[in-house]
Amino acid sequence: MPLDLPILSLLFVDFPFEWNYIRSIIRVSLYVSITAVVLSTLFSIPVALLVGFKDFRGKTLLTSIINTGMGFPSVVVGLIVLFTVSNEGPLGSWDLVFTPEAMIMSQFVLAAPVITGVSLAAVSSVEQNVRDAAYAMGGTKMDVALVTIKEARYGIATAVLAGFGRAISEVGSVLIVGGNIAGSDGTSVTRTLTTAIQLEARQGRFETAMILGAILVVLVLLVNAIVVRLGNGGGRYG
Amino acid sequence: MEIQRREFIAAIGSSAAVGLAGCAALGGDDGDGPEISGETLTLTTTTSTYDTGLLDELNAPFEDRYGVTVDTVSQGTGAAIETGRSGDSDVVMVHARSQEDEFMEDGYAINRRDLMFNDFIIIGDPDDPAGISGSDDAVEAFAQIAESESAFVSRGDNSGTHTQELEIWEEAGFEGGEFGEWYQEAGQGMGEVIVQTGQSGGYTLSDRGTYLSMINDTDLEIHVEGPVEDGPEILSNPYGIFAINPGVHDNVNYDLAMAYIGFITSLEGQEIIEEYTVEGEQLFFPEAIAEEPNFQQYVPEDWDGSNSD
Repeated sequence: MPLDLPILSLLFVDFPFEWNYIRSIIRVSLYVSITAVVLSTLFSIPVALLVGFKDFRGKTLLTSIINTGMGFPSVVVGLIVLFTVSNEGPLGSWDLVFTPEAMIMSQFVLAAPVITGVSLAAVSSVEQNVRDAAYAMGGTKMDVALVTIKEARYGIATAVLAGFGRAISEVGSVLIVGGNIAGSDGTSVTRTLTTAIQLEARQGRFETAMILGAILVVLVLLVNAIVVRLGNGGGRYG
Repeated sequence: MEIQRREFIAAIGSSAAVGLAGCAALGGDDGDGPEISGETLTLTTTTSTYDTGLLDELNAPFEDRYGVTVDTVSQGTGAAIETGRSGDSDVVMVHARSQEDEFMEDGYAINRRDLMFNDFIIIGDPDDPAGISGSDDAVEAFAQIAESESAFVSRGDNSGTHTQELEIWEEAGFEGGEFGEWYQEAGQGMGEVIVQTGQSGGYTLSDRGTYLSMINDTDLEIHVEGPVEDGPEILSNPYGIFAINPGVHDNVNYDLAMAYIGFITSLEGQEIIEEYTVEGEQLFFPEAIAEEPNFQQYVPEDWDGSNSD
């Protein structure tokens, strides 16, 4: 064990579980959250550009719907997704209940408004004359969009991180639609760090729960650091 | 208790040959039986069976033998049954006979088997503020807890344990909603309730299995024993298992569900249950195999023999 995980051996506690188990939980957590965030980003940024640039009837309403979605309770999302993917729901035949894919669906619903909302703010703050200049230089609509995204990249990176933070630290909806399943071979099927923490706490094993919590925090810090690095083009810190 | 265990051991002896023959027939792929290898069974069960670790012991040999995967979702009894009702699980293992019977009568469950039992115990603060320690009357003990207004933490989650707790309160003369401030509904699993009871210095009703699995993490002591230790019958805690009716939900994996029920009610499965211990104590007592089989177990209690639909 110490070879596998030198940092944890410094904690001077009995590491009370199999490294395989932990690794599979981390893998499921990252797979679900990152997939959901990538999908949300692909969906959210075009929406943010459209809403940010176009004037249309109901724009204020749409903006306030997005903002409301940013604070939508995750257990409610879990329930709605459960009803959708349940055998008796509209997607029942897809057999998605208690799968990572169902968890991705619920995290998509949670993360998309956050990424859209924060990106929208970033995109809207890009100066009109930057866009005008792009047009003036003969740019297509796509070029203008790319210039805007480039100008707003810090804001968009913040949006993606906020979405990721919401997805990976979320427990209510993944517990409902995922079922917190671990196989008898000791690897996770739909168990994430958060639902594992919930399970350990329910069994009174607070030490284990704390260690899992520490792993979750370290993971979020790591992802943040990586995204900030990418946002800086791998160069200086801004 | 002793009698039941002896019956069980006798049953192992007398029917081992039959059991082995049955296993061989089931294990073969060349028969006309359903091919279930590679499929996934979804089992919904209660937190009390899951948290004790018993299911891992039962599922691993089953998965090995049939080359299948068991996805276990642990919920309260009420939620486990509801998940089965919508066809999202194939097999359900719970402990609330009244809820199980209703579910069967509604036509959602078939082929219920008595599986095993353990018992409930009344646990609480070592100081025993209500003075119930050593009592052999659970109803009286509950009445004393109420009278002394000691803290009582209820599961409050429609689980099998919660159902049983409310039955005992009813016997003690309390209907729902008549409790005072000393009565707290946690709305959580047994483990969380044990932790919460430890914090509140009061009492709770627990299944013995979860309590034993947490004995190193809690100061709470057993004040009233269940029938496993010669306590009152009202504290008995029988577990049942049943398949979801494929006539109602045609997507459920009925073949695999019946293979699972067959396995854990077989000699091998029942032996695993018999031999499973935590902290040196046996947690569950097998009930599927007996010298004198209980035919009544297939029929909901008070069943009038007609389909209500």
